[in-house]
Amino acid sequence: MNIFDIINVGLFAAAIRMATPIALAALGGIFSERVGVVNIGLEGMMLMGAFSGVIVSYYTANPWLGVLGAIVVGGLLGLMHAFLTVTLKGDQIVSGTGINILALGFTAYASEVVWGSRGASGSVASLGVIDLPFITDLPVIGKIIGSHTPLVYLMIIVVLLAQILLFKTPFGLRLRAVGEHPAAADTAGINVFRMKYIGIIASGMLAGLGGVFLSLAHLSIFSWGMTGGRGFIALAAMIFGGWIPLGAFGASLLFGFTDALQMRLQSMGILPPQIILMLPYIITVIVLAGVVRKTKPPSDYKPYEKD
Amino acid sequence: MHVLRSGLLRIVPQLLAIATAFLVGALVLIATGYSPIDVYSALIMGAFGDVYGVGQTLTQATPIIFTALAFLFSYKSGLFNIGAEGQLIMGGFAAAIVGISFSGLPAPLHILLAVLAGALAGGVWGFLPAILKARFGAHEVITTMMFTYIATYLTSYLVNYPFKAPGWVAQTVPIADSAQLPRILPPTQLSVSILVAVAMAAVIYYILQKTTLGYEVRASGLNPSAAENGGINVKRTMVLALILGGALAGIGGAGEILGVHNRFIQGFSPGYGFDGIAVALVGGLNPLGVLLAAILFGALRSGGMLMTRATHVPLDIVVILQALVIIFVAAPHFLRYFVRRRSKA
Repeated sequence: MNIFDIINVGLFAAAIRMATPIALAALGGIFSERVGVVNIGLEGMMLMGAFSGVIVSYYTANPWLGVLGAIVVGGLLGLMHAFLTVTLKGDQIVSGTGINILALGFTAYASEVVWGSRGASGSVASLGVIDLPFITDLPVIGKIIGSHTPLVYLMIIVVLLAQILLFKTPFGLRLRAVGEHPAAADTAGINVFRMKYIGIIASGMLAGLGGVFLSLAHLSIFSWGMTGGRGFIALAAMIFGGWIPLGAFGASLLFGFTDALQMRLQSMGILPPQIILMLPYIITVIVLAGVVRKTKPPSDYKPYEKD
Repeated sequence: MHVLRSGLLRIVPQLLAIATAFLVGALVLIATGYSPIDVYSALIMGAFGDVYGVGQTLTQATPIIFTALAFLFSYKSGLFNIGAEGQLIMGGFAAAIVGISFSGLPAPLHILLAVLAGALAGGVWGFLPAILKARFGAHEVITTMMFTYIATYLTSYLVNYPFKAPGWVAQTVPIADSAQLPRILPPTQLSVSILVAVAMAAVIYYILQKTTLGYEVRASGLNPSAAENGGINVKRTMVLALILGGALAGIGGAGEILGVHNRFIQGFSPGYGFDGIAVALVGGLNPLGVLLAAILFGALRSGGMLMTRATHVPLDIVVILQALVIIFVAAPHFLRYFVRRRSKA
């Protein structure tokens, strides 16, 4: 065995694949934090997204409806987070923690009601893979980006759209203003509450989309706690990326690479799996400790009180 | 009388949050074809119906008291320690290792050593995210969660490889008899750990209200810049608070291993660390409130057994109820909001 058994084009393709759920959830984190609300609930929103996708696909046999369901359910959880934190001015971190535990309990409960097992769902229709014409025939590049599930390409499009929306449109300017300086935004005639709701609901929808990637893109099942902390890793990617979509995408590629490496090493069986499974979490801690000093959050996250 | 009345008024929002959570939980049960009356009465019977039930409820409440105090103490300093689960697991493992490594020690000494090892391991697991926060600004909500995953996999490795007992189950060999905590209500698993937990709640209450450290912790949490101006080293205080919180959770884990399981078993905690967050919040972030709230959450876990047996409802309804309680506690103005809207309409 040599190093190229581990590091090869297949690993980079897997890195892009595993970056997808993290990047989507990190975008979700950005939309929420840009309007001034911390979203610790990304993990739970992803988990509910993963579950919703499977259950809709189970009853309709259409995985794309599952994706839609995941986005809708994610958005509903975002709405709940917005109501609790913006309207009722509840503690943002407590609300997010509640959402995470609710998601863990509800998905296990509903799995048992529907499939008779809290551990895993039945198998459902999944999304499959598409080959990009021309690109898939290119050497190296084709192998890395040419053949993925449609959600990977959707993620790249969403990253670019989010970047443009936030930084090149008047709407994005208003959205950011609400987080950076709500009183000034209010004076300028921006509906602060409505903008906050939009940002947080968008956050939930993106996390739901990231979650459904885990259950329907390559697998076709839901399993207990299958997000495995990726919502928190997405928060780290958001911070590492400086609350900017392209930056978060770059950070997600790093975490995706770690995840892919972890899976590759596990399949080779050279170290005990538990040691390898720790890798993404350790890397996340190191990255957080290494870069955070250089970044500044876009908001002070205080609830906005209209005078 | 006055004191009593103001105390009662303070717990009204908590009671309303609990009641609302059970109401919404009832809707979930109805929607999935279960009778909330059957489920809830089985839950209550299982948790409080006889001496055995009460003993098991208190047994389940014990680790939750520790993790709730771990959350509470860090929270007072301004840190959101959601990693008590990892701190508890590490504490349990360290206690187990000390429990199996020595023989022939007098029981009090052996127990003390094992509990100290648990406190130390939990304290280290609190220290790491704390120092990363103080030195590098790494957000503790993310790092404490990451360290929980690391603790889970690290102990899983240790108990599957170097410390694995012969057989199929991922567990260590039993601890020495001299390291076992005395049971106080056989045949239930209730051990003296509950007494330590109650004592710790009193100690934390005392530290917070009557000592300089407690004052510094509260000042750092309420207004860090004012505290800093007042001569308090906020970072040092936060690190201390998280070490102490981690140590508390670690002692809780040690209590589980030495008092209930008598060996380290992979996955021995069904999520006591996360229960602790809910219990601290429902307990009004007050150590004495924590004791009451822990009994409620212990009851959910112990009554859950009879509940699933009698009604076949999935056990995870209990987790849903816990989450709903957290959510309704998060928004203390929840009911007022709807009452006001109704009266406007």
